This record gives sequence, structure tokens and C-alpha cells, in this order.
Amino acid sequence: MYAEHFSEPATSHVASAPIEHQFYPYASNGGTILAIAGADYALLAGDTRHITGYSINTRFRPSIHTLENLGGPERAIVVAANGFSADGDALVRRLAQRAEWYTYNHNKPLSVSACARLVQTMLYGKRTFPYYVHTIVAGLDESGRGEVYSFDPVGSYEREQCRAGGSAASLLMPFLDNQVNKKNQYDAATGLPQVATDLPLEETLKLVKDAFSSVTERHIHVGDYLEIKIVTKEGVKVEYFPLKRD
Amino acid sequence: MGGFSFDNYQRNKFLTAKGYPVPTATATGTTIVGCRFDGGVVIAADTRATEGEIVADKNCEKLHRMSPNIWCAGAGTAADCEMVTQLISSNLELHAMSTGRAPRVVTCLTMLKQHLFKYQGHVGAYLIVAGCDPTGPKLFSIHAHGSTDVGYYLSLGSGSMAAMATLESKWKSSMTKQEAMDLCAEAIEAGIWNDLGSGSNVDMCVMEVNKPAVLHRNYRTPNERSIKQKSYVFPRGTTAYLNEKVKPMIKPVAYDIFEETVTSTGGEQMEIDG
Repeated sequence: MYAEHFSEPATSHVASAPIEHQFYPYASNGGTILAIAGADYALLAGDTRHITGYSINTRFRPSIHTLENLGGPERAIVVAANGFSADGDALVRRLAQRAEWYTYNHNKPLSVSACARLVQTMLYGKRTFPYYVHTIVAGLDESGRGEVYSFDPVGSYEREQCRAGGSAASLLMPFLDNQVNKKNQYDAATGLPQVATDLPLEETLKLVKDAFSSVTERHIHVGDYLEIKIVTKEGVKVEYFPLKRD
Repeated sequence: MGGFSFDNYQRNKFLTAKGYPVPTATATGTTIVGCRFDGGVVIAADTRATEGEIVADKNCEKLHRMSPNIWCAGAGTAADCEMVTQLISSNLELHAMSTGRAPRVVTCLTMLKQHLFKYQGHVGAYLIVAGCDPTGPKLFSIHAHGSTDVGYYLSLGSGSMAAMATLESKWKSSMTKQEAMDLCAEAIEAGIWNDLGSGSNVDMCVMEVNKPAVLHRNYRTPNERSIKQKSYVFPRGTTAYLNEKVKPMIKPVAYDIFEETVTSTGGEQMEIDG
């Protein structure tokens, strides 16, 4: 079947390709993030493990950032940019600066939706040399409802009820679809698909902790501690939860 | 004559060039160690098996029995470790029957290294071989290309640096059995905590002279999963289905009762729930 190709010289371009050395500007630092919006809260969670390859750089490197805002503590915006952590840090630092300038220039709080649009322009501004991150922005809208925006590395974004990002996003997302958005669940009495309702904060917190402890079991990049930042009308609360360290 | 078949070499090279690379075997991250003590030798391993960054098995067995008194810890390509270990174990048994003697560790070592050298590193087995024979307790390591090392303490696998750090700082000559077991367990734990390729539990095998080898499966379990915060039991009827058909699995057979006897179960009462 491949007989005609056997005449190829023994030193084909596969084996005899010249050795190339090139600088690769990106790295992957592991970790996973997760955001869920509720009726009166928004929550952004992420593990604190920071890795390269098979090594742990640190077990505790909090990665959920809070942007202080005009209009009181309830207008605070939480941000996480997961992937290549140096790019994530650079993006969040610049975003914090731009958010501050916004309040000086307009003398009003930066809304989460405006912040999301700003993140889009910042990400797309580096379209030809992207920030290697999956970004999530969360907070409360003007009416006090939770909102979550998620972005790809070059700025495509969407408002969502919940979103997972980072190393173990593919493990978390189906669980979230099922438990938060009630996908593939039917009502036993009526036979109709169950409809997603806003989960109370207590339930969501349990869900998030279970999600991360489960993902820690099966993904080697996730572990050590879980950091959860919750935005309510009282402001931003931080919670830590221990994860397995192996 | 044994050896790999290279019939598909040209074809595979062509397919690789076309964008169909040869699938890679799973090289599992692992920590394995071995340590000698007065009157025996102990080997230990972690129990995590990975497929890339996903944990494939949380409690796999990396300790292989070569003969009743020779055991082997394997790192590298999981399938190669398993198969090379099985093959040499068989040949060792045949050798033992033909000589009428219990096999020696050096015999096992030589058979393994000659097999691995023949395959020029393509059989990706990295092994720590240990055991007791009439010449005393023995401890060796073998690399996939066939080179071997002798030592009082050894470590191999992706967690070998973490384990060796422990061994180098805590090892001392003429240890007791318990000291050697503790040292090995601690070295494996260093791999479990600090190497992402290693995790879960510690398996251990202790081989003492003139005693049967003892396998301590899950000698330490420092990674027990905590209880979940929520229950995820779905109520009956949650899953949709298109149609329902019930079939009896066993056809009822007509029979008559001729006699029925009830006998006591003896002194012990049958356990009844509640």
C-alpha cells in the first residue's frame, strides 16, 4: 500500500531536520479557577498551588485579585487570570491601574460590565503576542445581582452563570453544567427538564469545595489550598479551604 | 531469535512526516526506593499512576514479585515494567526448577539487564531489584538501557530526587528493620508530597534472610479523601429515557415441593440488620 513511498531516502527530512534552538516566551503554571453568580452574590475561587512541570513552586500563592472601586465595598470586582502566571499578574496589575484611572476620569464606580469590556480591549490589544491566560471577572451589577464574565486569551468574552478555567476546567465544567445549570436532569413527576435556579450561597460554597476536592483527586496540577472570594452587598469576603497536598 | 520487528519502520516514518505520529506509551511519574538493613532489604513505592496530568489510578501496585524472595519496584513505562517483570519472573522459575535451587538476586539482575540491553532502551523499564538469597540481602537498580547499580540505598523515578534528598540526609549504616522501613516510607512520602507525578499511598516489601518476604500493601495511607460536603444522589426518575421494556432474566420453571426441611444454623445467631 505504501510501497511507492518506501523509495524515500533513508535520511528523510524527519530524521535529518537541523537542530533548532528557540526562545519560548510562555510557561504553564497550573491551577484552576471557578466562578459562580447567584441572586445576591458572585464568587470566584481558585487553588493556590503554583507549579512548573512536575515541581511545586509554592503551595500558597493566592491568585484571586480584588479591584477596589468607588461606591462602597459591594462594588468591588474580583479578577483571576489563570494559565501563565507572569502574564496573569501583568494583566491584573494593568487592569487595576486602568480601573483606578477610570474612577478618576469619570468619578463613578467601574461597573463589572464596563470592566469586562476593558479587559477585552486589553487582551485584544496584545492579539499578536497574547497574554497566555484564561480570565474571569466577577462582581455585582447595579441592582446587586451577581455577574460573571469569562474571556479567552485574546479577548472573546461572554457573561455567564458559571465558568471554570485553567488546568482542570475540562473536569469541572461538566459537573457545573449538571449541578448549577441542571443539565441532563429531569423532573421525575412531570418528565420535563429541570430548570436552573439561583443557588443559595451556602449550597454554592459546598458545591465549590466538593468540586475542588474532587478535581484535586484526579488532576496533578490542583491541590494545597482553595481560596474563595465572595462578593456580596457587605463587600468581599475571603475563605480558605484545605485541599490534599500530594 | 527475539527482538523487535522493524517491518513498519519506513511506514511509520512516512506517517509521522504526514502528521500521524507514533502513539507514545504512558510513562508514569513514580517514586521508588530501596534500602538495606542488618539481615535484610526493603523496597517501597508510591501508588499513583498518571496519564499526562490526569491521575489514572490512585492506588496501583508498583511492587512486582520476581520469585518468593526477590521483589522488584518499577518506574518508567508501566506496561514495560509489568511485562519485563512477568517474563523474567517466569524464566527465573524455570531456572530455579532446572537448578533445583532458589534463584539468586544477581541471576534476576543479569536476566533483566541482558533483556533490557538487547532492546537498547526501547523497553522503558527502570527497576529497583531487591531480595535475599543464600549469599545475603541484595539491592540493585537497573536503567532501561541495561546499566545496573549496587547500593545500600537507591531511588528511581520522577520523585527520585525528593526521595534521595531524604535518603541522603537520614540514611545510616547498620539500621534495624524498623528503621529501614521508616526511612523508605519517609523517602516515598517526600516523593508523594513534592513530586506531582507521585501520590496517594506507600507500598512496601520487606525481605529478610531465611524468612518469607512480607508485602505491606498500603503501609502508609496519608492521603485519605475527606468526606464531601454535599450528597449527589439523584432521585429516581432524574435520567430521561425514550422507552421502557421489562424482561424477566430467568424463565420461571414449574416445579413441585416434595419435602421442606428447616435446620438450625447451630449456636451462632444469624446477624439481622437493625
